[in-house]
Amino acid sequence: MTSQLLAELAIFVIAAFLGFELISRVPSLLHTPLMSATNAIHGIVLVGAIIALASASDTFTTTVGMIAVIFGAMNVVGGFWVTNRMLGMFGPPKKRVKKRGE
Amino acid sequence: MQVAPFLAYLAAAALFIYGIRRLRTPETARSGNTLAAIGMVIALIATIFVADIDKVLSAAEIGAGVLVGSVLGAVAAQRVHMSAMPQMVAAFNGVGGGAAALVAVSEFYRVEALGQGQETLVSAVAVLFSVIIGTVSFAGSIIAFIKLQELALTGSVTFPLQQVVNAAIFLSILLLSANILAGGIVLSPLVSLYLILGASLLLGVLFVIPIGGADMPIVISLLNAFTGLAAAASGFVLSNYALIISGTLVGASGTILTRLMSGALGRPLGKIIFAGIAASGDSGSEQQEDREVNDRSAGEVGEYLADEAEKVVIVPGYGLAVAQAQQALRDLVETLESEGKEVLFGIHPVAGRMPGHMNVLLTEVGIPYEKLYDLEDINPEFDDADAAIIVGANDVVNPSANDPEVESPISGMPVLTVENAEHVIFIKRSLSPGFAGVDNPLFYDTEKTIMLFSDAKQGLQDLNEAVKNS
Repeated sequence: MTSQLLAELAIFVIAAFLGFELISRVPSLLHTPLMSATNAIHGIVLVGAIIALASASDTFTTTVGMIAVIFGAMNVVGGFWVTNRMLGMFGPPKKRVKKRGE
Repeated sequence: MQVAPFLAYLAAAALFIYGIRRLRTPETARSGNTLAAIGMVIALIATIFVADIDKVLSAAEIGAGVLVGSVLGAVAAQRVHMSAMPQMVAAFNGVGGGAAALVAVSEFYRVEALGQGQETLVSAVAVLFSVIIGTVSFAGSIIAFIKLQELALTGSVTFPLQQVVNAAIFLSILLLSANILAGGIVLSPLVSLYLILGASLLLGVLFVIPIGGADMPIVISLLNAFTGLAAAASGFVLSNYALIISGTLVGASGTILTRLMSGALGRPLGKIIFAGIAASGDSGSEQQEDREVNDRSAGEVGEYLADEAEKVVIVPGYGLAVAQAQQALRDLVETLESEGKEVLFGIHPVAGRMPGHMNVLLTEVGIPYEKLYDLEDINPEFDDADAAIIVGANDVVNPSANDPEVESPISGMPVLTVENAEHVIFIKRSLSPGFAGVDNPLFYDTEKTIMLFSDAKQGLQDLNEAVKNS
């Protein structure tokens, strides 16, 4: 138990520093897509929601787990989808010239 | 944990990290998002083997839940207008925070009420973190959504002793948490957790209602980091590496992003969170002066642009997004370019409703992003520009932000130096100062400045007609 907790703590600390380092010198153009994409990534909580619902054994835990799964799936699918739509607008310039000629 | 799912989680984490890396440049951003989405699919497939889905019933429940949530998310994401993007992100963030809190509640209930599994101090602390932070993020995001959608509570909502009430709620959450960690001396642990849930909901609401519209993006970014941390805490509850790594990544990168945003606005985070209270106190000090301005019609301005301006820099702001005038702006740009004029865009980091939001809005109507310059790149361009057209913006072009004589909420914020252009044209509904409530001395420079009083959309359409006709 203790060694597992220590491993988890080590992962936590390393991931925190990695997160700090990942976001630096990002042009403000990309702040909104970046926020939206990281928003989708914390939809990983869906993994936890699935585990919770799978081990549910009475009405209360089933209901709570079910809501969590629905919320988590909304977070994941909606988050990536909306980010993709946003970034679709930053496509290669050639395509846009065509569009403007319409 | 079995080896295969563990390796799958590691692969997913690597894809998240590499995806975020690719999101740092416009050319690779979209593939970065796709890579992160692939990582998510891998993590979810691995979870099927981690969760002991031993009953057909629970498999069906999980499938149904995922399907319902996915459809709701996809439909919302597909149908939302780009100008409503900030509240969409707030909504997805809110449900994520809610999910993290519910996972922790479910685990706690299993251990406490059903006696399944064992409770340790670590898992109790993790449950508390996940429930408190996740619930605050959920309630705060819903309020942010309501405010941005302009359903209710717009502007800064304050009431007497707000800080004291917030502090009291926070203190009661701490006391209830201590009660749980001590094994339930006063109240049973389960009742305490439900009370914490309710108090955290209230705290999330009270945390966001005093914050005004223009600061909302920074708050959403902060709540985004909160949800990441709540997900990581859920990971400690379930001893799940995928949750710990990804949640922590988002928590940390979200914190940095929040700092970048508030830095661009020149407003420290503490000032934003407590600003509503300060602003409501001295709102009466704003004096209205009757000073002369150079007020012209769209026809006159259009004639000037057609005949004398060769290089034009357009500075769009919040008002453009509110008036939905992006299309009208593009039409004007096309007219100006068809007459052989050079048109550039100066985008302040906080133009629009979120940093980068203005870029999204303009590229949506087909303005190439190569024409969109950020603050450092556009400022030298004003020196030889004939006209700077400011549409629905004020604070981001206010030279008094860098005037040491003037003390204001935007002091020290980097601004676009539009005053270096030959002429400055404001398209604005009135002389009212912007969000920060600071008067702009440029309005009264009758030599340099031309005021075109109009709604952004109407003004741009009129201007377009005028340029065409002259």
